[in-house]
Amino acid sequence: MPVTETAGTRLWKRRDRKAQLTVWAIQLGCLMVFSYCWSLVSEKTIWEFVYDAPTQAGDMASRMVPPAWDYMDKLWLAVWDTINIATLGTLMAVVLAFPIAFLAARNTTPSKVFIRPIALFIIVSSRSINSLLWALMLVTIIGPGVLAGVLAIGFRSIGFCAKLLYEAIEEIDVSQVEAVTATGATGPQILHYGIVPQILPAFAGISVFRWDINIRESTVLGLVGAGGIGLQLSASINNVAWTQVSLILLVVLGTVIVSEWVSAKVRHAII
Amino acid sequence: MLRLVDLVKQYKTGDKALKHVNLEVPNGQVMALIGPSGAGKSTLIRCVNRLVEPTSGKIYLGDKELTSLSQGALRKARRRMGMIFQEYALVERLTVMENVLSGRLGYVPFWRSYFRKFPQSDIDEAFRLLARVGLDHMVDKRADELSGGQRQRVGICRALIQNPELLLVDEPTASLDPKTSRQIMRLICELCKERGLAAIINIHDVLLAQMFAERIVGLQLGEIVYDGPPDGLSPDVLTQIYGEEDWEATIAKVEDEDDEDEEAAVP
Repeated sequence: MPVTETAGTRLWKRRDRKAQLTVWAIQLGCLMVFSYCWSLVSEKTIWEFVYDAPTQAGDMASRMVPPAWDYMDKLWLAVWDTINIATLGTLMAVVLAFPIAFLAARNTTPSKVFIRPIALFIIVSSRSINSLLWALMLVTIIGPGVLAGVLAIGFRSIGFCAKLLYEAIEEIDVSQVEAVTATGATGPQILHYGIVPQILPAFAGISVFRWDINIRESTVLGLVGAGGIGLQLSASINNVAWTQVSLILLVVLGTVIVSEWVSAKVRHAII
Repeated sequence: MLRLVDLVKQYKTGDKALKHVNLEVPNGQVMALIGPSGAGKSTLIRCVNRLVEPTSGKIYLGDKELTSLSQGALRKARRRMGMIFQEYALVERLTVMENVLSGRLGYVPFWRSYFRKFPQSDIDEAFRLLARVGLDHMVDKRADELSGGQRQRVGICRALIQNPELLLVDEPTASLDPKTSRQIMRLICELCKERGLAAIINIHDVLLAQMFAERIVGLQLGEIVYDGPPDGLSPDVLTQIYGEEDWEATIAKVEDEDDEDEEAAVP
């Protein structure tokens, strides 16, 4: 259709007239929606405060320096807690996610009608709730502290790990499984010889990746009382001790950088 | 040895892969199954060990009927049939030894296989077989480090360690170069002779089939259209199996072999 013939020459355009008009109409529509939303936001903003923002930010920054370095003595334990929350939570998630992934994968689930939907539901519900929300609920149920943090991280990560793992299980090479089946192996043997070796690299990669994410997530859990460095952060903010806040932010940054470096190294070693 | 009676396989898509196939393979016979892609060769041998469930018909291995077996009995029956695959189908991340020993899974309880505590007799046999195919120095290599020909040798060991009565061989040479193809075919046929095994070898290389098999069965669209000796493959027969083509150059002048036997065992 985009080819037209004029005086013996065949002309080619990317789109014919109708398609081109449609594209323009869609672009115009997007622009109108954006302008409308902008005006809504603008109405509800107190612009005086926004005009003031650079001064306010400068003021806050001036109160944040220099960081209160001596406060570091009290932070070491909090950092240690944060790392432990992330690590133990990841460990718990990985152990629980492994069997759930096998129940959820189309090619290994014992029953597509009953068990697979249950496994998928566990995965979705675990993933749909942010770890901060998990922590909020768990703190009310089992009280504040590190345990609530570990469980919050764990519950949030089960879905993530199980989802990625069951996708890996669904992508395995079937012929290797067939070959093990053809020897007369039983179901568990087929699983152990035919499937597990194929997904082991994915499994290790997923675990390290999630641990890396969990380090970052566990730094804020303290805001709702679930232990870790976030506890100190919320206390310092409440006391308007901005020099302590800036130190804490620096420590969080450092921890995250180290964890990213470790996970990159480990993943590189596995693959 | 193996008898297929009125075997039918219809896939869910409605394709009839096998239409009332009757076939008998006597003890110790090496049979080549030739035919174009989609003729049902793979389906046929996969029906025998029920990696593919046949739609109807009977399969007798010795005097045991296979299509009606329960899961447990089927596993026992599968131990009597070794299978060799086109893309080797080794477990890539396990070692050569583990791959060979996996052929014993049907005989070993789960916990023993889990901790890799195979009986010493199995390990002895694995070493013997690996030496026979010229791979005894590769025992600890991971399967994905081997070349194509080496992998297929491991595949052969895995099938033979089952101590089978029948080999089901699915396109053993399709991923190999011409020289390795001949070596592998020669190895399979020698081992069948040594052990008195019957074999069904799916192969699309007509020349190789003629060189190594005692009997050739031609399959076309799920039906047997030729069943006879290798030298009975005339241009007319090949046309019937594969369709119109100039077949003169494809047919073996039956003298080919035996020239490179000596250095053939190890690449």
